[in-house]
Amino acid sequence: MDRKLVVSSSPHLRSPEDIQSVMVDVLVALFPVALMAVFLFGYRALVTMVIAMVVAMVTEAIILRKKDIFGDGSAAVTGLLLAMTLPPSPPWWVVAVGSVVAIVIGKHLFGGVGNNIFNPALVGRAVLAVSWAGHVAGDVWIQPVPFDLTVLSVTRTTVSDAVTAASPLATYDASLLDLFIGTVPGSLGETSALALIIGAIWLYFRGHIDWRIPGGFIGIVFIMGLLDGGFTMGVYHVLAGGVLLGALYMATDMVTSPVTPIGKIIFGVGCGVVTMVIRMFGTMPEGVTFGILLMNALTPIIDNLTIPKKFGEVKKNDA
Amino acid sequence: MGGILSIQNIRKGVNQCMSERTFVGGIHPSYSKEYTAGIPITSARPPSQVIIPLHQNIGAPCEPVVEVGDEVKLGQKIGEPKGFVSAPVFASVSGKVTKIEPYNHPLGNPVEAVFIESDGQDTPFEGMEPTKPLEQLTVDELKTIAKEAGLVGLGGATFPTHVKLAPPPETSIDTVIINGAECEPFLTADHRLMLEYADDIVYGLMAFMKALGAKKGIIGIEDNKPDALQSMEKAVSEGKGEYDIEVHALHTKYPQGAEKMLIKATTGREVPTGALPMAVNVVNQNVGTAVAMTEAIKLGKPLYERVVTITGPGISQPANLMVRNGTLISDIIEQCGGMTDDARKLILGGPMMGLAQPSTDVPAIKGTSGVLILTEEFVEELPIDPCIKCGKCLEGCPMNLPANFIGSASEMGKMDLAERYGAMDCFECGCCTYTCPAKRPLVQWIKIAKGEITASRKK
Ligand code: SF4
Ligand code: SF4
Repeated sequence: MDRKLVVSSSPHLRSPEDIQSVMVDVLVALFPVALMAVFLFGYRALVTMVIAMVVAMVTEAIILRKKDIFGDGSAAVTGLLLAMTLPPSPPWWVVAVGSVVAIVIGKHLFGGVGNNIFNPALVGRAVLAVSWAGHVAGDVWIQPVPFDLTVLSVTRTTVSDAVTAASPLATYDASLLDLFIGTVPGSLGETSALALIIGAIWLYFRGHIDWRIPGGFIGIVFIMGLLDGGFTMGVYHVLAGGVLLGALYMATDMVTSPVTPIGKIIFGVGCGVVTMVIRMFGTMPEGVTFGILLMNALTPIIDNLTIPKKFGEVKKNDA
Repeated sequence: MGGILSIQNIRKGVNQCMSERTFVGGIHPSYSKEYTAGIPITSARPPSQVIIPLHQNIGAPCEPVVEVGDEVKLGQKIGEPKGFVSAPVFASVSGKVTKIEPYNHPLGNPVEAVFIESDGQDTPFEGMEPTKPLEQLTVDELKTIAKEAGLVGLGGATFPTHVKLAPPPETSIDTVIINGAECEPFLTADHRLMLEYADDIVYGLMAFMKALGAKKGIIGIEDNKPDALQSMEKAVSEGKGEYDIEVHALHTKYPQGAEKMLIKATTGREVPTGALPMAVNVVNQNVGTAVAMTEAIKLGKPLYERVVTITGPGISQPANLMVRNGTLISDIIEQCGGMTDDARKLILGGPMMGLAQPSTDVPAIKGTSGVLILTEEFVEELPIDPCIKCGKCLEGCPMNLPANFIGSASEMGKMDLAERYGAMDCFECGCCTYTCPAKRPLVQWIKIAKGEITASRKK
């Protein structure tokens, strides 16, 4: 029997899951959110999402000198997440710049997938917010008109053509039902709590997120809102603005959040506290982006301080 | 972190309603037991020659007690242990000793082995006689029987059984656990034993309980083997007499059969890091070892054969065979119709912890629970990606170790860091490597770290 037997160290089985399959699962989770965005804000939402994803993927392919545009799928996720944080109709070049910044500065300057400290999509978003504030914040929000796919059709590219409206975090007067369904002004991916939760349930059952980060994040936002203005205000703070998008999809980004169970809770709570402090005391209406970016920076320290107890480990003083 | 609210408990909540006995962590690979689970145990073809290594257990090797040219009989002792933690080896055929020299060994380096040319007669050794019934055997006699029959842990660890039966005087053992979890994918040898030798397993358990003075016996079986659960329940209710024995259905999850995980699942006790099960008053034995103990008592038969599962997509006719010690794997593969054309890997043991072999010219030993042959698609070299910090390795680690950090520390050569993260507590179950989406060879790196740490401690 003269055949070459392969010798390698155990285990000899590998799970079918790889980085690409994880990223595809995230894209699938974001599908209801994207669908809802188109449903609420019209075709223009689709254009924004496609530009963000394609530019992110092409940028990454150029950096990695790869022909395979989709690659491990992480650039597509970054692009789509960035689009989710943008208003319905920023100029196309703003979207493209955001994607390039996210991939180049947010990801590859740190060494590429797995090595980046900050959530790339939020880096892109933050740079846009600082550099082109007029296009991504302020008077850019519009009142969505469900089913009217032409609200902001491809031909009408500026916000002024549509009815601008104030974000629910500026007015604090939206109904909770509207906030839940998503029929309020806001960025593409943040308005519909319903769609966000559906996607998150999928991610949970696929084993890609656990309850600790969203639980800590949403929990503390609710509690701080509750202390500030009662139960309804607590719910309002959770549903309005980017808390759900941030807690379920951004803060749970694997690379930039802790791996330890306790670390995840600390991280989630930290994100929520910063968000609420900015909302309640800061000059900006929204603080999710900076809350998460700040906690991203602390992730390595949190991980190191919260390594779990080993199985069978006895308390130090009995040893 | 085993609280009600731990992620494993919530996510697996539905499954756990079926059998809540389990541990935290672990993975759910595809079990692939269908190749052989329904195939009864049959005897392998009697080998014309056996090559019996003189070292088949954890601990000290044996010294040959026969010489080239000697005639030996089936069941005759041919190797005498050189230390307390060791077990004798026996002729598995009758015939003539032709050589005593080093030969390939499943664990890697060649080991001194006794070559016996079979005369085809299987003339039994005169010493193989039934001992007394269990009621009449004393504790010391039981220990001697286990020792003289060369019993070792047949789950694959091959720790000498008589050592487990002789705990230090200050430790009292209250529970004996029989491991019928068989959590390694593909393997079904223990499953078949529980169906076909259920009474012997119960009898063996009672012998272990008596030898240790243990009040309680537990047989732990994963709930993916309902027929084995039923068969053992029946054997227990018929055979236990006044012994207190329970059958526990365990959640099906790898590595449910790992010693510490099994103890946690059946008794709730957590063996301290670096300690043996004895530290929590428990002794574990595999179902195969229990059968071997029964045969040693009732037939006087030493351990010269065992059940081996021959399985995998790369073998023509999968089977559960009673294989004699020292039979060449090439001989076994041949009687199972040979390997398929796309077969690429030979593993002795299961796919999670078994050892890949460079050649089929290697003898089956006491610890050989499976001959697994994997095909092309299992040996594909996967590119190693950077860690995406998903935490799945940590979540899957039954010892709750940060495998990602230990692995990376070892990869970078920082062995002291690997040690601080708990490298030495890793028992190499492979869950971390299995589950990693970045295909990082975590346990492989951890093994390197363990090797270096052990070496530097010896200095
Ligand atoms: S670190 Fe060791 S014990 Fe933990 S999963 Fe990996 S191999 Fe198993
Ligand atoms: S499973 Fe792999 S990618 Fe995930 S944290 Fe562990 S080492 Fe990193």
